[in-house]
Amino acid sequence: MSEDMNKPLTDLISLTIDGQEIEAEEGQTIVQAAQKNGIYIPTLCALHADKENGLKYDLAPGTCRICTVKANGRTTAACTTPVSQGLVVENDTPELNDLRKTIVELLFVEGNHFCPFCEKSGSCDLQALAYRYQMLTPRFHYAFTPRKVNADMPKLLWDGNRCILCRRCVLAIRTEEGEPLFVFANRGDKSTIIVDTELIQDISEELAQQAMDICPVGAIIRKEKGFDTPFGQRKYDHSPIGSISSISSDMTCSSGENKTGGEKS
Amino acid sequence: MSKPIIATASLAGCFGCHMSFLDIDERILDLVELVQWGKSPINDIKTFQQDCDIALIEGGCCNDEHIHTLREFRKHCRILVAVGECAIMGGLPAMRNNIPIKECLEEAYLNSPSTSDANPDKIFPNDEELPMLLDKVYPCHEIVKMDYFLPGCPPRADLIYGALVALVTGQEAELPYEVVKFD
Ligand code: SF4
Ligand code: SF4
Ligand code: SF4
Ligand code: FES
Repeated sequence: MSEDMNKPLTDLISLTIDGQEIEAEEGQTIVQAAQKNGIYIPTLCALHADKENGLKYDLAPGTCRICTVKANGRTTAACTTPVSQGLVVENDTPELNDLRKTIVELLFVEGNHFCPFCEKSGSCDLQALAYRYQMLTPRFHYAFTPRKVNADMPKLLWDGNRCILCRRCVLAIRTEEGEPLFVFANRGDKSTIIVDTELIQDISEELAQQAMDICPVGAIIRKEKGFDTPFGQRKYDHSPIGSISSISSDMTCSSGENKTGGEKS
Repeated sequence: MSKPIIATASLAGCFGCHMSFLDIDERILDLVELVQWGKSPINDIKTFQQDCDIALIEGGCCNDEHIHTLREFRKHCRILVAVGECAIMGGLPAMRNNIPIKECLEEAYLNSPSTSDANPDKIFPNDEELPMLLDKVYPCHEIVKMDYFLPGCPPRADLIYGALVALVTGQEAELPYEVVKFD
């Protein structure tokens, strides 16, 4: 009995990532467990909820596969795979990083990524991953796929040339009544995002900013705000995505929580 | 041993990559110790007087003359380096790749505010002296084999200098995080 009472609310289990033993809560995904333990697993579609992005819960659409790890020897998406007792995860290995680099290259040739004049350049997660994996050029041919641009709305524009169909906007950007502003349409290589041009007419500045911020690339851009951060001050100008300084927002967030806890006691 | 010979070319580019190359400033004096100059817009040598070791190519291919020039460079140079986003993926000129060429020409010569009145006879420039536009803008590596790629618009002077010195001295190029950028 006394043993039961000492049990934490959620069961803690242990697993290893690249040989490092970590504790995680039952029901967490590998990405969530790694995040809690300060281990970087790249993500483009999964997104940890924090004060900065204003999300109420973590997103894990499982669309991009950049988080691919080996779990007990099997390749799997770390953002959708739950942790389990004794799980052996390989993450930061040359093989997996080369695979991730390949995914980045494929995304670059599939869309039309003109970084030099993209408003998100310097703060774009896809570009930052290309920097992290030292992509000098994709090893595939550029497809120059025709894509749509929707600029026929106030506050925002949507650029299909840069959209990687990650689904973050579909899941997270909603009106106060919970209606989606962005929806998926079509299938396969015809897949696209459609913007609800009626609902989007009166979105708030905050929601527009949140939409731009949660989009991992430059597909959702606030009108009249482009290029307002000078070179040298953008998110990934000085340190790679996933390095201590670029995940500092998460760190600040958790130390902030500790502080509040401290004040209460 | 004689010094390696360097050539450069600007195809469908804005010369920004050449300007960035000149941003190596006084290091150009160190470079002169290491290399000799062949055909380049910088010294205005217009034809290959001998084969070259390394060529820096700025810009992609948007007309038949670019293709011809690039093939000449491939024939006469041992190593071709794609310098900048235009050479690597078409860059700004390639924004027309998803617009039919007829529409591009109509917009430029018939419908734009500055040409609609000035071109009452609706003429498209079509002199045989003019290079022929291609249907699309092509990255250099889709026309000939390219050996190395230096991203950036333009690539930072440090990247161009570092890569050149590495190629000439046979060392591996360093790629510091803050120097390899796509914009
Ligand atoms: S979305 Fe990112 S990768 Fe695409 S053009 Fe913009 S900065 Fe480059
Ligand atoms: S618009 Fe942005 S957030 Fe939405 S699916 Fe495309 S890339 Fe993802
Ligand atoms: S890459 Fe940029 S700087 Fe170089 S030629 Fe193209 S537009 Fe100009
Ligand atoms: S981050 Fe896991 S699939 Fe996108």
